[in-house]
Amino acid sequence: MSDKILIKGGRIIDPSHKRDEVADLLIEAGVISGISPSIAQPEGTFRTIDARGLLVVPGLIDLHTHLRVPGFEYKETIASATAAAASGGFTTVCCMPNTNPVNDNQAVTELILERAAAEGLVHVLPVGAITKGSQGKELAEMAELVSAGCVAVSDDGLPVMNSEIMRLAMTYATIFDIPVIDHCEDLNLTADGVIFEGKVSTDLGLRGIPSSSETVMVARDIELAELTGARVHLAHISTAGSVQLIREAKKRGISVTAETCPHYFTLTDEALRGYDSNAKMKPPLASSKDMEAILAGLADGTIEVIATDHAPHASEEKEQELDCAPFGIIGLETALPLSLKLVETGVLSLSDVIEKLTSGPAKVIGQKIGRLGIGDRADITLIDPDVEWTVKASDMKSLSKNSPFIGWTMKGRASTVIVSGKVLEGLYDGGKLR
Amino acid sequence: MERVILNSNEISRALTRISHEILERNKGPKDLILIGIQTGGVYLAQRLSSQIEKIEGDPLPVGALDITLYRDDLANRSAYPTLKKTDIPFDMTDHKVILVDDVLYTGRTIRAALDSLIDLGRPREIQLAVLIDRGHRELPIRADYVGKNLPTAFEEKVKVFLEETGEEDRVILNRPSKTH
Amino acid sequence: MPLKRKDILSIDALSCEEIDLILQTAESFKEVSTRDIKKVPALRGKTIINLFFEPSTRTRTSFELAGKRLSADVINISAASSSAVKNETILDTARNIEAMHSDFIVVRHSASGVPQLLAGVLRSAVINAGDGAHQHPSQGLLDLMTIKEKKGEIKGLKVVIVGDILHSRVARSDIQGLVKYGAEVCVVGPPTLIPSGIERWGVKVSLHMDEALVGADIIIVLRLQLERQSRGFFPTLREYAMLYGLNQNRLNLADPEVLVMHPGPINRGIELSSEIADGLSSVILDQVTNGLAVRMALFFLLSEGSQH
Ligand SMILES: [Zn+2]
Repeated sequence: MSDKILIKGGRIIDPSHKRDEVADLLIEAGVISGISPSIAQPEGTFRTIDARGLLVVPGLIDLHTHLRVPGFEYKETIASATAAAASGGFTTVCCMPNTNPVNDNQAVTELILERAAAEGLVHVLPVGAITKGSQGKELAEMAELVSAGCVAVSDDGLPVMNSEIMRLAMTYATIFDIPVIDHCEDLNLTADGVIFEGKVSTDLGLRGIPSSSETVMVARDIELAELTGARVHLAHISTAGSVQLIREAKKRGISVTAETCPHYFTLTDEALRGYDSNAKMKPPLASSKDMEAILAGLADGTIEVIATDHAPHASEEKEQELDCAPFGIIGLETALPLSLKLVETGVLSLSDVIEKLTSGPAKVIGQKIGRLGIGDRADITLIDPDVEWTVKASDMKSLSKNSPFIGWTMKGRASTVIVSGKVLEGLYDGGKLR
Repeated sequence: MERVILNSNEISRALTRISHEILERNKGPKDLILIGIQTGGVYLAQRLSSQIEKIEGDPLPVGALDITLYRDDLANRSAYPTLKKTDIPFDMTDHKVILVDDVLYTGRTIRAALDSLIDLGRPREIQLAVLIDRGHRELPIRADYVGKNLPTAFEEKVKVFLEETGEEDRVILNRPSKTH
Repeated sequence: MPLKRKDILSIDALSCEEIDLILQTAESFKEVSTRDIKKVPALRGKTIINLFFEPSTRTRTSFELAGKRLSADVINISAASSSAVKNETILDTARNIEAMHSDFIVVRHSASGVPQLLAGVLRSAVINAGDGAHQHPSQGLLDLMTIKEKKGEIKGLKVVIVGDILHSRVARSDIQGLVKYGAEVCVVGPPTLIPSGIERWGVKVSLHMDEALVGADIIIVLRLQLERQSRGFFPTLREYAMLYGLNQNRLNLADPEVLVMHPGPINRGIELSSEIADGLSSVILDQVTNGLAVRMALFFLLSEGSQH
């Protein structure tokens, strides 16, 4: 295959360069070598991609993926997760450390990166643990993790309850200028809660998780970010109270960034009415008031990242009583169309949506990706914005099918994904990725 | 197409005649009990009791029997009667029970009633009184007292209306019209 | 009029007409239990499976007896031990059981929503015998039946439900039924045990028992799960009894004709004093009798509905 690719006539949207125009894009040796309204045919052999009617955007970046490797390969493998990622338009995924063993040391980070190099279709950037074993007691060796390739630290899934430890972690992280990503949840307030505490939990007789379970930790983290000067990134924000706290913190100049997930701006706790365990995740789907606040937070820039919190679980785990089924849903293959819907509903401009999926997350982890500049690695996603398709479990590339969106009709889909200048084809016409 | 088979007077005369027959056959009212099958049979049993009171001076005890739970077609019927109460506020042991129903047809209702009565007590004898016997028996059952024998076709319907339910007393034969 | 539904999962789903039919049928079944031979052949050849994932002698016995009085074959399965050990999912367990050609599956589970989950995949009629803190429809029905029987009409009655509303499926079923029939319902208990937003169900919330009991026609006392104390919902049983236990002094605040109900088993001296439990106002044993009749009615009416 030729190493020159000419993408012709697409609408190039690159928020980091404030570019939104119909133009051609040339890739040579895995790197973007030209963008202009009309690029002449390059010399030698090359491949042309007709992108008329398509969006040409930086490859999407997911800040919050659970690859499940090592330890939970029955839920997902790097091959299946990265296939799902590519199918959903993502060229980079950041994988959370709550594996078995926990990614709290160099060896685990290296193992993940080796496997990603061997079987991954997209780039994998590991997130290391904040504390050893994510036990919330002693700091993990951050310098080792960073040198092995971790781009951030987080105890996602097992959040640090001890505020002093969190303070120390944030302070220590400033050495490496990496973000501390926090899953904001007060486990004591959550107790044995299963879904959002409110009308639906009362009706269904399910134990509730109060919205304060998230907001008290958001408040804590903001205070600690101010105290330590660390870069703090708040994962999967879901409540109105959190959005308000973050908005105010940003006004005060505190270095805090925030992400939300498509399910928090698409669904509410009403989705639990049928006791569907595929609508059970943490934080839980909240009220419509919270959903409105999330949309407002996306619109005014309080929330700069859309992440998936892709959390695969096997069907036998999800086919349980709602009380026992594990928290989490997959999201890599549905995030793009659900985000594009925000354009249709007037919440965000198309460029804003792309920003929250590309340069937004890139900025959080301080990586030179998520942009289309001359000399940049050619991670590019072509999107057919008008194609309508139905989400089918059988079509999903992820090993697990725990999605509340199965059966939904979506509009917009990644049609071609280019990773380091290599074209991944046949994403949605029934073809397999490999 | 509808035809009145018995009017109010004729029903009343039939019941008077049955009352006499019951007393004659049983040599008086001693140890007799009337048990009507819900719902039509219960009203008829009450009427027979007051007829007998007119003749003998004392009414007979009247009980009500719901046979729904004993039907053999519970599994495959389309119209489902609401479960009514069985109310037999006396001991049937060593008494002669006159079972009363409005229409005798296949005999399955009576079979259910007999099973039910036997579960409820041990009467010395059970006799059967019906206002209409329309034939088409599917079981070896016959009535001891019949108000009117009415030969019918299978597709015809016999309906008994009684004052107690707010209707004018009458028995009607309903024949599905041939036009469709 | 048949009951045109496959399953009984919650009171909420039933219309007043359906509830009327169930209670009217149950009234007829009460008589069957007074016979010498307390068995009728209505459900001969049908199979009822009591699938109890949570132990409950009372409810299971009541369903079992109801089935047997209707001549059905009744099989009791305590599934807590079997499925958890074999790591089988709840749906697998249920499908396996249905493969035995059951007609009814009566389910009790500590997790809310399990009967609904099963009803969605099984051909058998599913009767919810209590799921988590969600619903206990047969208890709700028997409570309605008892109140109707004793008071004639439910509309306008002042009903006070006392105790742990948060974890109570009985409270949820009772509230839905009572509100449907126009009763004035007040829930009272420690605020730590009152679920968020219960007012939206059309009930009043009171934190003070003496205030709530004034003029009450019915007092439904809920069973207090003693382990709630260790979870910190209230400091001690003694203090709970002091604030929310029903005793004679408190009962005197209610209407003189007040009825006291309790789903059983009673923690005597905690939520209810013995003198009241065994006193003239108590209809607790009528509840048990009516429970059997209601469950017979449910089997009977569902077997009919399934034919259509
Ligand atoms: Zn998380």
